[in-house]
Amino acid sequence: MSTQSASTRLSRELIGALVVFALFAGLPVLADAMGDTFVVFFTIRIMVFAIAAVSLSLILGYGAMVSFGHAAYLGLGAYSVAILAEHGIWDVTVSLPVTLAVCGLFALVTGAISLKTRGVYFIMITLAFGQMAYYTATSLSAYGGDDGLTMWGRTEILGSTALGDRTVFYYVVLGCLLTCYLLARMIVASRFGRVLQGAKQSEMRLRAIGIDPYAYRLVAYVIAGMMAGLAGALLANAAEFVSPAYMSWHRSGELIVMVVLGGLGSLLGAIVGAASFLVLEEVLSHFTEHWRLIFGPFLVLVVLFGRGGLISLLPGGRKNG
Amino acid sequence: MAEPILALDDLCKAYGALKVTSHVSLDVRPGEIHAVIGPNGAGKTTLIGQISGSLAPDSGRISFDGRDVTSLPMHARAHAGLLRSFQITEILPAFTARENVALALQAREGHSFRFWRNVSRDADLNARADACLAELGLEARAEVPAGTLSHGEKRALELAIAMACEPKLLLLDEPMAGTGREETDRLVEVLRALKGRYAMLLVEHDMSAVFALADRISVLVYGEIVATGTPEEIRDNPRVREAYLGEEAVA
Repeated sequence: MSTQSASTRLSRELIGALVVFALFAGLPVLADAMGDTFVVFFTIRIMVFAIAAVSLSLILGYGAMVSFGHAAYLGLGAYSVAILAEHGIWDVTVSLPVTLAVCGLFALVTGAISLKTRGVYFIMITLAFGQMAYYTATSLSAYGGDDGLTMWGRTEILGSTALGDRTVFYYVVLGCLLTCYLLARMIVASRFGRVLQGAKQSEMRLRAIGIDPYAYRLVAYVIAGMMAGLAGALLANAAEFVSPAYMSWHRSGELIVMVVLGGLGSLLGAIVGAASFLVLEEVLSHFTEHWRLIFGPFLVLVVLFGRGGLISLLPGGRKNG
Repeated sequence: MAEPILALDDLCKAYGALKVTSHVSLDVRPGEIHAVIGPNGAGKTTLIGQISGSLAPDSGRISFDGRDVTSLPMHARAHAGLLRSFQITEILPAFTARENVALALQAREGHSFRFWRNVSRDADLNARADACLAELGLEARAEVPAGTLSHGEKRALELAIAMACEPKLLLLDEPMAGTGREETDRLVEVLRALKGRYAMLLVEHDMSAVFALADRISVLVYGEIVATGTPEEIRDNPRVREAYLGEEAVA
C-alpha cells in the first residue's frame, strides 16, 4: 500500500501522463522523417484500444466490476458508424450522438441487470450479454453478417472529409484519447469517484453510512460503455471496416489483460497496458504464430512481480494505492 | 417519560430450528445508553444486524424516530439517522482516515452524482472531516491510509465515521472488541463524553465498560431478553448471575 502523500502521487502520475502523451504527439513527425507509415497506422490502433482500456479501467480498476463483455461496446460503436454510413449518413454530428446513445442504452439495460449480481456471476452475465451482441452481429446478413462490413470512406465533419488524411485522423484519435483520459481522471477524483472506490473496498460500509452503491455503479458502467463505444467508432474509421470479431469474447479478454498488465487502479496504466499488449503481439507474432506461448508467461511474471502492473515499474508511474 | 428513539417490538428470527432472536422487545430513549450484554452465541450480532437493516427479522416490528423502519433497507435507515459501527472494523483501507470520514459527510449531503470538482480539494469538506477526527484524537492521523492504522485507531475511526453521519442513534457493535486495556479506557472516555448527545445501543463484552457507561442494561441469553434494568438491578438479578455473570466476576 502506498503511503506517499496525495500530492506527490499526483505529480508523478502527471509526469507519466505528460511523457506518454508527448510521445504520442511527437510520433507522426518522427515517423514522417523516417518515411515509415506503418508506425502511424499501428499507433492509431494503440490509441483506439487505449481509449477502450481506459474505459474498462474506470469500472474494473476503480469499481471492481470485472466486465467480460466490454468488447461489445467496441463492436456496437463500430457498427453504429458503419451501418449509418451504409445508409449514406456520414456526418459526425449524427453518427457520434447515435453511437453514444446506442452504447449508453445497451450499457444501461444490460448493466441494470448485471449489477444485481456480484463476482463470478457478474463476469458470466456480462460475458453472456457480450456474446449476445456478437451473435446478433454475425446474423446481420444485410450488413455483411460473419464477413463484416466495409466502409467506403471515413466519418465526415460537417461535410469535410478531413479525417481521410492520415495525420489529421491520427491527431483526432489522440484528442479523443486525451479527452477520455482527462474525463476519467476527473470522474475518479470527484465525489462520484470516491463513492465508486469506496464501494469497491466495502459495500457494507457504504450502506452503513447511507449510500446504496447500485446507482453509482450503473452510471459508471454506462459512462464506460459510451467511452468504449467512441473507441469502436474510431476503430471502424481506422480500418474502414467492421466485423463481428470486434466484439468477440477474446477481444473482451484482451481488454482485461491490457488493464491488468498496465496496472489496476491506474488510468495511465491502462494506456501503457494497451500499448504494451499490442506492441508485444506485433513483435512476438513476427517470430512465431504461437506468440501467446511467450506472452502468457510474460503476463504471469508481470502479475507476480509487478503487483501494480507495468505502470508501477516505470519511474513516472505509481503503485496501486 | 420521553418517547423512545428506537423500539423493538416482539422481534423474532430463526435459522432453521435455531432461534437466534426470540420475542425481543426493548427500547432506547433519547440520550440514553442502553447496553445489551450476553454470553457468546446469545444472538447479539444478529440483533444488531436486524436493527441496522442488514438482516430481516422473521416477525416483529422495529420503529425508529417515530416511524416503522422494519422493511427499510440499511442505507435508508442510515439516512434516517440510525448509524452502526462494526464489530470487525469495516473501514475503507485504501482511503486515508480523512477520506473515510469525508465520504460519510458526503453521504449526509444528498446524492453524490457530482463529477466535476476534485473532492480531495474540497476545503470545507476536509475541514469538517478533520473536526470529526479531532474529536476522537485522530487529527494527526488524517493523511494515513486507514488500513495501516493501529487496531485502536481503527476502532476510533469507526466511531468518527458514524458520528460524521449525524446520528440520532448509534448502534455500537462491540466497539471495544480486541482493544487493549489502555485503549478501552480511552474509548470509554470518548463514549462518556458523547453521552447525552446521541442515544446509543451498546453491545459489548467488556463488563467494566458496560457498567461504567450504561443507563440501562438488557441481558440476552439464547436469543431471549432475560432481564432489563439499571446496572445495579442487573448486578443483583439472580437469573442474570446464574445465566451469565456467574463465572465472570463483575468488578
